[in-house]
Amino acid sequence: MAPLLNGSAQGALLLLAALGLSLTFGQMGVINMAHGEFLMIGAFSAYLVQQVISASDLSIPVALPVAFVVAGLFGLVLEVTIIRWMYRRPLDTLLVTVGVGLILQQAALQIFPSQGVPVEKPSWLDGQLTVLGYGWPLRQVFTILLASVCVAVLSAWLKYTSFGRRIRATVHNRDLAETAGISTRTVDRLTFFVGSGLAGVAGVAASLIGGTNSQMGAQYIIPAFLVVAAGGIGQLKGTIIAAWAVGVALAFFAYWTTGSLAQVLAFILVIVFLQLRPQGLFTVRTRSLV
Amino acid sequence: MTKNQESGMTKMKPWISLGGIGVLAVLLLAVAPLVLSDHWLNNLGKYSCWAIAAVGIGLAWGRGGMLVMGQGVFFALGAYSMAMHLTLETAGDRVPGFMVLYDPLAPLPMFWEPFRSTGFTLLAIVLLPVVVAGALGYALFKRRVKGAYFAILTQALAVALATLISSTIRETGGDTGLSDFKYFFGFVLNDPANRLMVYLIAAGLLIVCLLAVWQFYRSRFGELLVATRDAEERVRFLGYDPANVKLVAFVVSALMASIGGAMFVPIVGIITPAEIGAAASILMIAGVALGGRASLFGPALGAMAVGWGQSSLGSTWPDGWPYVLGLLFIVVILFLPYGLSSLPARFAALRRRPPKEQPAPAPAPAELEEVHS
Amino acid sequence: MTGASLVVTDLRVEFSGFVAVGGVSFDAHPGEVRFLIGPNGAGKTTCIDAITGLTKATGSARHGDQELLGRPVHKIVRLGVGRTFQTASVFDELTVLQNLDIAAGRHRSSFSLLRARRGVDPSIEHALEETGLTGELTTPAGILSHGQKQWLEIAMLLVQDAKVLLLDEPVAGMSQDERTATGELLQRIAAKRIVLVVEHDMDFMRRFATRVTVLHQGQVLSQGTVAEVQADPKVQEVYLGTAGAATTAAMAVVLEKEG
Repeated sequence: MAPLLNGSAQGALLLLAALGLSLTFGQMGVINMAHGEFLMIGAFSAYLVQQVISASDLSIPVALPVAFVVAGLFGLVLEVTIIRWMYRRPLDTLLVTVGVGLILQQAALQIFPSQGVPVEKPSWLDGQLTVLGYGWPLRQVFTILLASVCVAVLSAWLKYTSFGRRIRATVHNRDLAETAGISTRTVDRLTFFVGSGLAGVAGVAASLIGGTNSQMGAQYIIPAFLVVAAGGIGQLKGTIIAAWAVGVALAFFAYWTTGSLAQVLAFILVIVFLQLRPQGLFTVRTRSLV
Repeated sequence: MTKNQESGMTKMKPWISLGGIGVLAVLLLAVAPLVLSDHWLNNLGKYSCWAIAAVGIGLAWGRGGMLVMGQGVFFALGAYSMAMHLTLETAGDRVPGFMVLYDPLAPLPMFWEPFRSTGFTLLAIVLLPVVVAGALGYALFKRRVKGAYFAILTQALAVALATLISSTIRETGGDTGLSDFKYFFGFVLNDPANRLMVYLIAAGLLIVCLLAVWQFYRSRFGELLVATRDAEERVRFLGYDPANVKLVAFVVSALMASIGGAMFVPIVGIITPAEIGAAASILMIAGVALGGRASLFGPALGAMAVGWGQSSLGSTWPDGWPYVLGLLFIVVILFLPYGLSSLPARFAALRRRPPKEQPAPAPAPAELEEVHS
Repeated sequence: MTGASLVVTDLRVEFSGFVAVGGVSFDAHPGEVRFLIGPNGAGKTTCIDAITGLTKATGSARHGDQELLGRPVHKIVRLGVGRTFQTASVFDELTVLQNLDIAAGRHRSSFSLLRARRGVDPSIEHALEETGLTGELTTPAGILSHGQKQWLEIAMLLVQDAKVLLLDEPVAGMSQDERTATGELLQRIAAKRIVLVVEHDMDFMRRFATRVTVLHQGQVLSQGTVAEVQADPKVQEVYLGTAGAATTAAMAVVLEKEG
């Protein structure tokens, strides 16, 4: 039972990290390797908010929107300055954002103490929820709730707002959307803002569970990408299931073996899975050659 | 456009490239040992090891379009095979020192045993990467996993392997790695003459790898690889299985990374997970991008330049080096996707064209020339 | 008749519930230029996709005694079935010679792939002459004109010694002269091979088709010679709608002029 619950929380954190990636990757077909660093920015934002509002009970709820906006702005700047020039070269974008990630990591290392900073958990997350005799830390429950809220808000936003509809139209057919009078540039920017902002929210959640330091983004980017790949590009449903599955698998592997062997096993699992379904869990059928 | 002149030049070009390899061979094998101090010669040997891996990356990524972000894995296979052999050679009949540290009665792990044999070690350095890359590549390419997926999966493998090694201190030395090698196949490593020999082997292997890709690039396989990179589906409709074409390039690149890793160990004297993980794999890519991914010399020279930057700037200005590296990725990929080696062609194209036509970062002109070499 | 025929029987293609091709049967023999026509969405390209293994299909497509359906794309090609695409897809960064050399390469041993090319294959020279591209040997394919790219694709099929050529809109975007040249080229090629052309261009079809199959909404609407098909009232209805005799008469005048 313990690995299942722990894994679910881990999956929720992965989902938060993967959500924004799925949005930007689904929309633009490019991988933003600095996404992990945006997550890190979110975590450091939580720390900075705590420096201003010292009452941790209050600071975390404040930190969530702040982290969203701060990370989102970083994403927006990245899109406007670099990524917009590279939409036709997705693999190169991947490498450019590796460079951006390196710079952000080093900046964080120099600005903040190299061993990382403590983000205090609010007292209302101290307790445990007893599930079938297992004391489930409230922090984990909070992560799951936060992920659920983000998924709900994101899907409602995509489905019911005009901006959301424009995003979906652009994802499905960029050229057609453009001829239909949608400014795809605005859509790209907004998508990047929201996607990166979600990484910021994920960072706040991560700061409550693990350490907050310059390396934390690098830990999340690969698993988050594997989740997006396994779920199927641009498929919210698939991302959710994949995140949960990978989280639980990691927890069970770690329970049976060691944490590091669990990573290796999870990687093999994803490769085997991609053997069975190369396009991920859910796919959109197209007639195009590529 | 003077077509005839150009085609004449492209006919000449392979032989000019071969001359270039000759010049590089003279510089590395004859001039460098004469003019460089032992310290710098050793450094040059280290850069050569990275360059060997980089030549393979150029083949897989530049010509094959497969962004191999986890070459550290294959570097590790060669490096750890060699390091285990050298560790056993140094330990003689006893169990290696670091293992005894945790448990004085520790037996030698099973998988170490065969590495006592010189033949097995050499065979492992060649066969391990071939088998691993072959299996991984077969699994991925047959299912048409490509692009960013392929890149991230290879990097995930590098991360996983580095984590695995870090966490198995007793078996692999963990984060401290394997070091303190005294002998290299019977030769005392402290002896300057033997160190020169090790350097010459590494530099010689780099030349051999360059010759190998030179032949690859001028062969029909080289053309087929470029065709597969640019239009994989079209190649399928000509009766080829693109998976096989990519597999060959990927396996060769893995083999080169392994050879580079194997020579890295006696030259540098230590191998740790940090040398093979995600960051190290990305460093290998950086050199290739800087030099020019699709060119013959670009990857090797670029890797040497980045290697030099890493070991000089990285130690004298450790706070600044990551910025330099990060900016290098951004600037090179954004403005000069085919690296420094595409600069001459760029300038030539600029001079031929009226200046108002600013070249967009489209790689076509540089790429065209490279394809013929 | 020389050589085997292409026989397609009850070909069906479904895209998650939508029937794109619903039981199409036709055959094509060497010596004739066979046309597959029909309005947009009739399933013409899907038929070719199915025969070449790009799309999963049920039914049967046989070349001689070889069943094509169910094999991977490159294996079908090795059985001598080649195709072109609506948008000419050649290797832009390689020269015409390199393009053709790769196309000719499927008969070579893997060892010979590791050697550089010496000279030009006779089969390549022949294909160049046939398609009029001899002067463009060292031109990068990317800077060829649109029509030349289409010819290069056909030349690639010739050097790969395809017995069945499936051409998807080979004259789209071509000038009138280029169309005529292409049509004559197809007639020459068809002497020894099976040529199946998917086209929108009715005029081109009338001038060069030996036999025609008309598809409509995934079904065979009509089959026969150009004259037979044109006379078929079902075809007229699909192409002209039920707008009445006036339009039909007007069209007849236009057709008369063009023919």
